[in-house]
This record gives sequence, C-alpha cells and structure tokens, in this order.
Amino acid sequence: MTVRRVMGIETEYGISVPGDPGANPMLLSGYVVNAYAGLRGSRAGRASWDYEDEMPLRDARGFEVARQLADASQLTDEEDPTLANVVLTNGARLYVDHAHPEYSSPEVTSPRAALRWDRAGEQIMLESVRRLSVVPGTSGVNLYKNNTDGKGASYGTHENYLMSRETPFLEITRHLIPFFVARQVMCGAGRVGIGQDSTHSGFQIAQRSDFFEVEVGLETTLKRPIINTRDEPHAVAALYRRLHVIIGDANQCDVAGLLKMGTTSLVLAMIEDGALDVDLSVRKPVATLHEVSHDPGLRTLIELRDGRTMTAVQLLWIYYEQADRYLQVRSPGGIDDDTAEVMSRWSSVLTKLERDPMECAREIDWVAKLELLQGYRDRDGLEWSDHRLRAIDIQWSDVRPEKGLFHRVAQRGRIESLIEGAAVRAAMTNPPEDTRAYFRGRCLEKYSAEIAAASWDSVIFDVPGHAALQRVPMLEPLRGTREGVGALIDRSPDASTLLLELAAANG
Amino acid sequence: MPSQEHSRPQRRDDTPDEAPEPDAATAEATARKDALDDDIDSVLDEIDGVLEANAEEFVRGFVQKGGQ
Repeated sequence: MTVRRVMGIETEYGISVPGDPGANPMLLSGYVVNAYAGLRGSRAGRASWDYEDEMPLRDARGFEVARQLADASQLTDEEDPTLANVVLTNGARLYVDHAHPEYSSPEVTSPRAALRWDRAGEQIMLESVRRLSVVPGTSGVNLYKNNTDGKGASYGTHENYLMSRETPFLEITRHLIPFFVARQVMCGAGRVGIGQDSTHSGFQIAQRSDFFEVEVGLETTLKRPIINTRDEPHAVAALYRRLHVIIGDANQCDVAGLLKMGTTSLVLAMIEDGALDVDLSVRKPVATLHEVSHDPGLRTLIELRDGRTMTAVQLLWIYYEQADRYLQVRSPGGIDDDTAEVMSRWSSVLTKLERDPMECAREIDWVAKLELLQGYRDRDGLEWSDHRLRAIDIQWSDVRPEKGLFHRVAQRGRIESLIEGAAVRAAMTNPPEDTRAYFRGRCLEKYSAEIAAASWDSVIFDVPGHAALQRVPMLEPLRGTREGVGALIDRSPDASTLLLELAAANG
Repeated sequence: MPSQEHSRPQRRDDTPDEAPEPDAATAEATARKDALDDDIDSVLDEIDGVLEANAEEFVRGFVQKGGQ
C-alpha cells in the first residue's frame, strides 16, 4: 500500500479589480487566462479543449441527470467562445470556470508532485497578474488563492484521485464521510466569519465547510455534498473511477497540502482493499462538519452512529492506526519514501494538534492564519467582527508575494516549505514525466502549430496533407510517460512523423 | 519499515479534557513560543505596512460569484 496513485488538484482563484467590485468576473477571468496564454507565445499555450469525453452529468450511482433538469452552472462541457480555455506545456488546463480563473494541474503520481504542480499554477496566476498590471488605463486584476468572499459565495479547490472501478461506491461514502468531517483540522485554510455569509463573527477552521449541505450528491455549485458523485473518469470507464473531492480548501502550507492529498490517498487505498475494519459513521455528518470547523480549540465531540463520541483528532488517529497496521502487514519489507513521509507527518501533526493546535503554525494554514489574527487581536484589542481581521483573512491569500500575507509570513521563515522554488518554476513549463501528461505537454511544446485541441484523454492533430483531424486517445493515465514515448517524441521532428511512429508502435 | 520515525506516539483513549503530561517536547515548544512571541510584534509591524489601508472598503469590495 502506498500514497502513490494518479492524482491532481484543480484550483479556482478569487478575482477582483481594486476599487471596482462591479467588474465582470467572467470577462476578467478570460483576461487572466489569455494574458498567460499570450505570454507563452505561439499556439503552445493555446490549444483549445476537446470536449468529447466530458460527462459532467454522469453520476457514480449509475444514472445521468436529464440535461434540461440540470442547473445551467452544471453544464461545463458546452464551448462558449467568449470563455478562454487553454492547455499548457506542463500538461495543465488553464481556463475560466464560471466566474473564476481555474488552473487544473496535470496528472501526477504522488502528493509531493501534486503540490509542486499546484504551486506552479500559483506562479502562472502571478504572471498573469503582473502582465495585467501594466496594461495602460486599467487598475489591474488581483487574484486570491482562497475559497470564499465571506458574503455567501464559495468557489472550489478540488482533488482528483484515480481509483479502481471495482470498489463499491457505498464503501467509499461510508468510510470517507467520517474522514472528511475530521480531515479539516489538518488542512483547513482558516476563515474569519461563521456561516455562509458570515452571519456571526468568529474564526473557523475551514473556508468551505459551511457551504456543504448534504452528504452525497452530484452538484458542485449548490447544495454541495460532502461526497461528490460526478463520474467522469477521463480514462477507461470500465477500469477506473476518478474520485472528485470538492470539500477541501486551497492550501498554501506545504505540510497541510501534503497531508490532504497523502492521507486521503491512503484511506482510499484501504477502502479499495477492503482493509478498514472499523465503522466510524457519524450520526449527523453535515452538522458535525460545521461544528468541527467552528471550534479551533478542537474540543468538539463527534457523535458516531454506534454511540461513541470522540474529537476530530481522535477520529483521525483511528484512521492513522488502521493505515499504520495495514502498512506493516502489507509492506513488511518497507514502504516507499512518499508513504513514509506522509505517515511521519501525519502522526507528528496529530500529536501537536492534540497537545496544542498552535504548535502547528508552521505546518497548517488555519493555525498560521489564526496566529497572525490573534496577534492583531492581542495587540490592538480587536473583536472578530473588526474589518481589519476580515481584510487580513482575504489578503492572506493574495498571490503577490509582496501583498499576500501568507507570503510575507513565509518569507520570514515562519512556514515550513517542502517544495523548492526552482522545482516549482520548472513545473510551470515542464510536464510530470510519469503520466500521460508528459505526452500532452511535450506535444504542445513541440508540435503546437499542428495541434487543434487537447483534453485529459486526447490530443487532436491537424496535420498538413490530411483532410481529417487525427485524434490520439489517451485513456490510460499511466501511458504516454517519458519512459514510454520520450525517445519517440525526441526523434520526431514533426507531428506527421510522430503519428506514423505511434501507429507503427501500436500496429 | 523504513528507519524513519514511524512509531506511533502513545495514543490516549481517554477524554479530551485530560491535560497532557508535560514532557521535553512541550518544554521545547514553550521555549520556541516565547521566542516567537517576541517576533510576532515585528511580524505585525511588517504586516501593518502592507495591509490594505481602508480595510472596510477592501472587505466590502471583495465580492465573488459562486463557483464549483
């Protein structure tokens, strides 16, 4: 068992124009995407999206929502020419999702790589902000890596995990709901304001928790469910499921981000293997999710269906112990470095959270943010309703290193970093080498003029001398790696040669 | 198993109210916290300099449309 599996992170950014709250966010988001695509020159950053395999209304429970019954905001597969949508040479997708610019990372195989390519997305957004800031006659655009405006709107940071199709969905929901109710104490981003529109003043652990209203469902923009059932595998549907997790916050702390991806992947591995021998079903998951988020002291007792009560940290210890025991049984010869790192961090963070949550200020977003807010409260005697505290909450996530308060705190050495800046910069243009994102990214880098469109599971070529477009399907996420196609791409000077070589290799 | 620390710290199955035993790690954390308390003032001074000047207007102006 391992934390390693095909995974990725999608991040929607908050967007605003200084002094102009009425600015059209759809248009602004389009500017952000096009600013970066233009910056990359040529069509390399501009291959459009291939929508053929998008199935946003397919439900993991086995039915499809009638299109006319779907809320318009669920229809994500219809191309709107006014909405920018590009594929990048690092294998990511950069586009406008509803009213926010979104960066969807390329497929990677480890939590560390997921962090690295998500960080690359932050730098890409920063480049757009820089470029737009020098457009004459405009006030520029600011971007925020957060998940709510505190006034009733929320936008997502989604995780994706490739799973075996054989795993019964009911087993996934049974074991993941309790985990997600508790997981926020390790990876919430912190928020000033209680309730979707901050009806009550105060601080809570997670940005997103108050926006979750049901246990299981297909929606992502309304009546948000703890477990999202969108069944759009972007891979061989008979073999794989892409678990689409919509409940997480956008992380800036590396350790919290690593734990978010790593512990979830481990719990999924145990579910796939039928290895969890505990039932931690929570009596009222949605209400409890909110209660846990509203208690930074971490004393809230979660009531299980079997009558037991425990704190979120105690509940997470049970998952940890299950994973620890399972690893000893299944991997007696030792575990890989990625898994060892996640297990070590997991126990260390739970130990600190149990002793004094403030000990995690270097590792967990909500604690780091709370420490700063509490500093202001102590020094200036501020109430939680004070505008300055709400402003700090928002400005915390500004992507600019000189304005973003997280970045200012991190620059002082108060946050533990796991990913080197040089690795992040390289990931802005280079794809991961161990998934199909490698093929996608390299093709965009080398044959951009001959690519008509691309998507998670295809690249469509428009090659001189061929009347028809040629679609290369990529339904196996672990094919198209550097090992598999690197040499072939290296020696193919143009797309025609590449396609001939591919046909010969597959023939 | 790897040589890396993987042994689980002792778990407490007791009530969450029970105070943890003070130990070396706690003492170390307390010392670190004292150092940070001195430092937090200089952090606040720095943040004062970059915080949006009109907090109320900044907060009011940060209006988003819902997303996924």
